[in-house]
Amino acid sequence: MSLEERFTWVQGIIAIGGYVVYLAVLFGRAGDNLAATPYVDLMLWTIGGAIVAGIIGGAIVGATMRNHAKDSRDREIYRRGEAVGSSFVVVGALSALVLSWLEVDHFWIANAVYLCFVLSGILGFIAKSTMYRRGLPTW
Amino acid sequence: MVKPTRVTNDIRALRASHGDITQAELAERIGVTRQTVIAIEQGKYSPTLELAFQIARVFGVPLDDVFHYPDGGQS
Repeated sequence: MSLEERFTWVQGIIAIGGYVVYLAVLFGRAGDNLAATPYVDLMLWTIGGAIVAGIIGGAIVGATMRNHAKDSRDREIYRRGEAVGSSFVVVGALSALVLSWLEVDHFWIANAVYLCFVLSGILGFIAKSTMYRRGLPTW
Repeated sequence: MVKPTRVTNDIRALRASHGDITQAELAERIGVTRQTVIAIEQGKYSPTLELAFQIARVFGVPLDDVFHYPDGGQS
Protein backbone atom coordinates (compact mmCIF):
# COMPACT_ATOMS: atom_id res chain seq x y z
CA MET A 1 0.00 0.00 0.00
CA SER A 2 1.48 3.32 -1.08
CA LEU A 3 1.82 6.35 1.20
CA GLU A 4 -1.02 8.20 -0.51
CA GLU A 5 -3.34 5.18 -0.18
CA ARG A 6 -2.55 5.03 3.54
CA PHE A 7 -3.31 8.74 3.84
CA THR A 8 -6.65 8.05 2.16
CA TRP A 9 -7.46 5.38 4.75
CA VAL A 10 -6.43 7.64 7.63
CA GLN A 11 -8.72 10.39 6.36
CA GLY A 12 -11.60 7.96 5.79
CA ILE A 13 -11.34 6.46 9.26
CA ILE A 14 -11.16 9.91 10.84
CA ALA A 15 -14.18 11.14 8.86
CA ILE A 16 -16.29 8.18 9.98
CA GLY A 17 -14.90 8.01 13.54
CA GLY A 18 -15.26 11.74 14.12
CA TYR A 19 -18.91 11.74 13.13
CA VAL A 20 -19.66 8.64 15.22
CA VAL A 21 -18.14 10.40 18.26
CA TYR A 22 -20.15 13.54 17.48
CA LEU A 23 -23.42 11.62 17.26
CA ALA A 24 -22.68 9.57 20.39
CA VAL A 25 -22.00 12.67 22.50
CA LEU A 26 -24.89 14.60 20.94
CA PHE A 27 -27.43 11.88 21.69
CA GLY A 28 -25.89 11.48 25.14
CA ARG A 29 -26.64 15.15 25.81
CA ALA A 30 -30.07 15.14 24.20
CA GLY A 31 -33.21 15.47 26.22
CA ASP A 32 -36.77 15.30 24.99
CA ASN A 33 -36.18 17.92 22.31
CA LEU A 34 -33.15 17.03 20.19
CA ALA A 35 -33.14 20.42 18.48
CA ALA A 36 -32.64 22.11 21.86
CA THR A 37 -29.45 20.14 22.53
CA PRO A 38 -26.30 22.31 22.76
CA TYR A 39 -24.23 21.28 19.76
CA VAL A 40 -22.00 24.17 18.63
CA ASP A 41 -19.13 23.48 21.04
CA LEU A 42 -19.33 19.76 20.28
CA MET A 43 -19.28 20.35 16.53
CA LEU A 44 -16.30 22.69 16.81
CA TRP A 45 -14.39 20.21 18.98
CA THR A 46 -15.20 17.35 16.60
CA ILE A 47 -14.09 19.30 13.52
CA GLY A 48 -10.97 20.57 15.29
CA GLY A 49 -10.22 17.09 16.62
CA ALA A 50 -10.55 15.60 13.14
CA ILE A 51 -8.09 18.14 11.74
CA VAL A 52 -5.58 17.45 14.52
CA ALA A 53 -6.10 13.67 14.19
CA GLY A 54 -5.52 13.96 10.45
CA ILE A 55 -2.23 15.81 10.98
CA ILE A 56 -1.05 13.36 13.63
CA GLY A 57 -2.23 10.32 11.66
CA GLY A 58 -0.54 11.62 8.52
CA ALA A 59 2.69 12.23 10.41
CA ILE A 60 2.64 8.72 11.90
CA VAL A 61 1.93 7.10 8.52
CA GLY A 62 4.64 9.22 6.90
CA ALA A 63 7.17 8.26 9.57
CA THR A 64 6.54 4.55 9.03
CA MET A 65 7.13 4.69 5.26
CA ARG A 66 10.50 4.92 3.56
CA ASN A 67 9.16 5.84 0.15
CA HIS A 68 7.34 9.19 0.15
CA ALA A 69 6.96 9.31 -3.61
CA LYS A 70 3.73 10.61 -5.09
CA ASP A 71 3.18 9.98 -8.77
CA SER A 72 0.72 10.68 -11.59
CA ARG A 73 -1.55 7.79 -10.53
CA ASP A 74 -1.81 9.16 -6.98
CA ARG A 75 -2.60 12.62 -8.30
CA GLU A 76 -5.24 11.26 -10.71
CA ILE A 77 -6.93 9.21 -7.98
CA TYR A 78 -6.86 12.19 -5.62
CA ARG A 79 -8.38 14.49 -8.24
CA ARG A 80 -11.17 12.09 -9.19
CA GLY A 81 -11.89 11.15 -5.57
CA GLU A 82 -12.19 14.80 -4.56
CA ALA A 83 -14.50 15.45 -7.51
CA VAL A 84 -16.79 12.61 -6.39
CA GLY A 85 -16.76 13.73 -2.75
CA SER A 86 -17.35 17.39 -3.50
CA SER A 87 -20.78 16.57 -4.94
CA PHE A 88 -22.01 16.28 -1.37
CA VAL A 89 -20.71 19.75 -0.52
CA VAL A 90 -23.14 21.06 -3.13
CA VAL A 91 -25.91 18.91 -1.64
CA GLY A 92 -25.06 20.38 1.79
CA ALA A 93 -25.25 23.94 0.51
CA LEU A 94 -28.56 23.28 -1.21
CA SER A 95 -30.02 21.56 1.85
CA ALA A 96 -29.03 24.55 4.02
CA LEU A 97 -30.67 26.88 1.51
CA VAL A 98 -33.92 24.92 1.43
CA LEU A 99 -34.03 24.46 5.21
CA SER A 100 -33.49 28.18 5.78
CA TRP A 101 -36.31 29.00 3.34
CA LEU A 102 -38.51 26.75 5.45
CA GLU A 103 -37.29 28.58 8.58
CA VAL A 104 -36.22 25.32 10.19
CA ASP A 105 -34.37 25.53 13.51
CA HIS A 106 -30.67 26.37 13.06
CA PHE A 107 -29.80 23.06 14.78
CA TRP A 108 -31.08 21.14 11.78
CA ILE A 109 -29.46 23.47 9.24
CA ALA A 110 -26.05 23.20 10.90
CA ASN A 111 -26.34 19.45 11.26
CA ALA A 112 -27.47 18.98 7.67
CA VAL A 113 -24.43 20.92 6.45
CA TYR A 114 -22.12 19.02 8.78
CA LEU A 115 -23.57 15.68 7.70
CA CYS A 116 -22.97 16.58 4.05
CA PHE A 117 -19.36 17.54 4.81
CA VAL A 118 -18.89 14.15 6.48
CA LEU A 119 -20.60 12.33 3.60
CA SER A 120 -18.38 14.23 1.18
CA GLY A 121 -15.32 12.92 3.01
CA ILE A 122 -16.67 9.37 3.20
CA LEU A 123 -17.73 9.30 -0.44
CA GLY A 124 -14.33 10.65 -1.48
CA PHE A 125 -12.65 8.00 0.67
CA ILE A 126 -14.73 5.20 -0.89
CA ALA A 127 -14.01 6.47 -4.40
CA LYS A 128 -10.26 6.79 -3.79
CA SER A 129 -9.83 3.46 -1.99
CA THR A 130 -11.86 1.71 -4.73
CA MET A 131 -9.68 3.24 -7.44
CA TYR A 132 -6.53 2.20 -5.57
CA ARG A 133 -7.79 -1.39 -5.26
CA ARG A 134 -9.69 -1.95 -8.51
CA GLY A 135 -8.12 0.54 -10.87
CA LEU A 136 -9.11 3.82 -12.46
CA PRO A 137 -12.24 3.81 -14.60
CA THR A 138 -11.65 4.58 -18.24
CA TRP A 139 -14.82 6.48 -19.03
CA MET B 1 -18.61 -0.72 -12.23
CA VAL B 2 -15.01 0.01 -13.14
CA LYS B 3 -14.47 -0.48 -16.86
CA PRO B 4 -11.01 -1.97 -17.41
CA THR B 5 -8.66 -0.36 -19.87
CA ARG B 6 -8.31 -2.05 -23.27
CA VAL B 7 -4.65 -1.20 -23.35
CA THR B 8 -2.56 -4.28 -22.68
CA ASN B 9 1.16 -4.46 -22.10
CA ASP B 10 4.16 -6.76 -22.02
CA ILE B 11 5.96 -5.12 -19.14
CA ARG B 12 6.18 -8.32 -17.11
CA ALA B 13 7.78 -10.20 -20.03
CA LEU B 14 10.10 -7.30 -20.79
CA ARG B 15 11.23 -7.14 -17.18
CA ALA B 16 12.03 -10.84 -17.31
CA SER B 17 13.90 -10.57 -20.61
CA HIS B 18 15.95 -7.58 -19.44
CA GLY B 19 17.76 -9.20 -16.55
CA ASP B 20 14.79 -9.78 -14.31
CA ILE B 21 14.30 -6.14 -13.47
CA THR B 22 12.10 -5.98 -10.39
CA GLN B 23 8.97 -3.87 -10.20
CA ALA B 24 10.68 -1.74 -7.56
CA GLU B 25 13.71 -1.14 -9.82
CA LEU B 26 11.51 -0.21 -12.75
CA ALA B 27 9.48 2.09 -10.52
CA GLU B 28 12.59 3.84 -9.30
CA ARG B 29 13.92 4.32 -12.82
CA ILE B 30 10.72 5.94 -14.10
CA GLY B 31 10.00 7.86 -10.90
CA VAL B 32 6.76 6.24 -9.73
CA THR B 33 5.75 4.00 -6.84
CA ARG B 34 5.97 0.21 -7.10
CA GLN B 35 2.18 0.11 -6.68
CA THR B 36 1.83 2.14 -9.87
CA VAL B 37 4.01 -0.29 -11.81
CA ILE B 38 1.88 -3.16 -10.47
CA ALA B 39 -1.33 -1.31 -11.47
CA ILE B 40 0.03 -0.69 -14.99
CA GLU B 41 1.11 -4.32 -15.40
CA GLN B 42 -2.32 -5.55 -14.29
CA GLY B 43 -4.13 -3.14 -16.62
CA LYS B 44 -5.67 -1.23 -13.71
CA TYR B 45 -4.07 2.04 -14.73
CA SER B 46 -3.29 3.47 -18.14
CA PRO B 47 -0.06 5.42 -17.78
CA THR B 48 0.33 8.92 -19.13
CA LEU B 49 1.94 9.15 -22.56
CA GLU B 50 5.11 10.50 -20.97
CA LEU B 51 5.26 7.61 -18.51
CA ALA B 52 4.64 5.11 -21.32
CA PHE B 53 7.61 6.52 -23.25
CA GLN B 54 9.78 6.35 -20.13
CA ILE B 55 8.91 2.68 -19.66
CA ALA B 56 9.70 1.90 -23.28
CA ARG B 57 13.01 3.76 -22.98
CA VAL B 58 14.04 1.70 -19.94
CA PHE B 59 13.71 -1.45 -22.07
CA GLY B 60 15.17 0.21 -25.16
CA VAL B 61 12.21 -0.74 -27.36
CA PRO B 62 9.54 1.19 -29.31
CA LEU B 63 6.30 2.06 -27.52
CA ASP B 64 4.40 -0.49 -29.63
CA ASP B 65 6.53 -3.29 -28.21
CA VAL B 66 5.39 -2.43 -24.70
CA PHE B 67 1.76 -1.35 -25.06
CA HIS B 68 -0.92 -2.74 -27.36
CA TYR B 69 -4.41 -1.63 -28.26
CA PRO B 70 -6.83 -4.03 -30.01
CA ASP B 71 -7.86 -3.32 -33.59
CA GLY B 72 -11.30 -1.75 -33.92
CA GLY B 73 -11.05 -0.52 -30.33
CA GLN B 74 -13.08 2.63 -30.80
CA SER B 75 -16.01 1.71 -28.53
